[in-house]
Parts: sequence; structure tokens; C-alpha cells
Amino acid sequence: MLAKIHITLKKDVLDPQGSVIANSLKSLGFDNVNDVRQGKFIELEINSNSKEEAEKQCNDMCEKLLANLVIEDYSVEIEN
Amino acid sequence: MKTHVIVFPGSNCDRDVAVAIQNIIGSSPEMVWHKDSTIKQSDLIVVPGGFSYGDYLRCGAMASASPIMKSVIENANKGVPVMGICNGFQILIESGLLQGALIRNSSLSFICRDIIIKPTNTKTIFTNKSKISKMPIAHNEGNYFANSNQIKEIEDNDQIAFQYCDENGDINAHSNPNGSINNIAGVFNKSKNVLGMMPHPERAAESIHGCDDGRNIFESLLS
Repeated sequence: MLAKIHITLKKDVLDPQGSVIANSLKSLGFDNVNDVRQGKFIELEINSNSKEEAEKQCNDMCEKLLANLVIEDYSVEIEN
Repeated sequence: MKTHVIVFPGSNCDRDVAVAIQNIIGSSPEMVWHKDSTIKQSDLIVVPGGFSYGDYLRCGAMASASPIMKSVIENANKGVPVMGICNGFQILIESGLLQGALIRNSSLSFICRDIIIKPTNTKTIFTNKSKISKMPIAHNEGNYFANSNQIKEIEDNDQIAFQYCDENGDINAHSNPNGSINNIAGVFNKSKNVLGMMPHPERAAESIHGCDDGRNIFESLLS
């Protein structure tokens, strides 16, 4: 199975990189961009009997290593 | 005094801190490779600065999952003094021994220069001889973050170790190099036997360094 994991900064954490990207987009003429938040995308292949089991394991991975829950949120999507 | 310095792939301040421990504390530290699994008896464990595991994923995240960290955590929970400097601070945060997070500097630049810090709590084993001190910082992710509840908790428990200040000891926005909340440069755990700090006392530990203000942290450990 293929797990797709998005890790994003929590709303109350400042994202200076996102702000710089927003400014650069504006300077390229994308005037309608208001807010940019940069995150991480992790794709991993996992052997599992069920989607539920794989999702549970990925949540565990996020909590133990992949995300820092003080500053980041995560979401997991499992594909066959 | 039996002392240990942990060495990860990518550590680069391990030898500097070993020299400072040798010269100031008078103990020859045992250098412990990250794949070793136990530290049996110690009076001080230092997690040094550097770029462990190339800062992959998040600074300190990979190192916090190293085999040796289980033993560092066990020792810390038994009350053994554990000190993390720079990347070592990031590792202690990622391993859960210290609260908060260290995120990208607000300037988005790597900062390498002298700063001044003021001890916030001088009643600990690490800071009983501390005063306003000048020492270098050298980091890209030293911007201390914690949400308002966590900040209140660490303030109420006197867990702030050092704050960036100016030459007069004033803690203000101008003396904050990296955007850290409340100018926080270092924090303790609840029981004050674990210290994490971004500045490098081992790089300001003898006159040949141009400044030896960093000695007071190692001297505090002697008393």
C-alpha cells in the first residue's frame, strides 16, 4: 500500500519561509496570493493487511518521528 | 567526576566540549558513539553541537531515535545532569526531555556571531555561577517556540535558563538574534537536571578564544 503523509505547521506557528515565498510570488505578478504555508510531503510504501491497520501505523510514525506535534499537524492518506 | 560526550554522525563540537570539560571540570570525558546502547554511571552527559544526520527531516529528529538516546533519557530521568548545546539542544527537544520546539531563525539566515545572554534562574546545578555572558551562536534553527500555555508553564516552573540580552542585561527585541519567544536562549526540564541552550559556552571557554565567559556554566557544575 502507498501512504501519503502531509505535515504542515500549526496555525499559531509563524512560517517565515511561507512569507518569503508569498512575497516572491507577488513579485512575479501573482497579486492575488494572500498567505503561503510551507510543509512536507512524505510518501512511503507499507506492507499491511488493511487500510485501517496501515493508517494506524502511519499515525504512530507521525507521532513518534515524522512530525513534531509541538509545531506541526499531520494527515495520512492510504492508497492501495 | 565521570563525564560523557555523545558523538553522532555529523557532530562537530564534541571535541571542543571535551576540551572544555577536561580543562575546567578536570575530568577526561568518555566519548560515546551513538550506536552504543548504555551509559552505566555518569555525573554529566553532554549532547554536543553539530549537524547530526545532516539535519534530515528536522534538526535533531534522527539523532533522537539513535540507540544511545534511550540510555540518555533513562539517566536524565534518574537525575543525572544532561546538557545539550545547539544541535544537542535540538536533540533533547526532539527526544522529549525538554519542552517546546526550535524552528527556523526568523531572518531565514544562518547566524554565526557573538551574543549576550543573561541567566534567568541561577539556582540550578548549571547556572549557580552564571552571570551576564558573551558567547557565540552558530545556527539556522534556534528560534525557540512554544505555545502560550507551554510558555506559561515553563515560566511558572522557573524553567527558562538563559535569555538573549544587550550589554546592560536588558532583554529586548533588539538583542534577540533569531526570533525566539521571550528571547529564550536555553531551558531546563522540570527538575532542572537537563539543560538545553543554543549558545556555545565551549567556544568561549579560555582566553585564546577571545572570551572565556562560557566557563561559568562548567564551573557551576563543580560546585
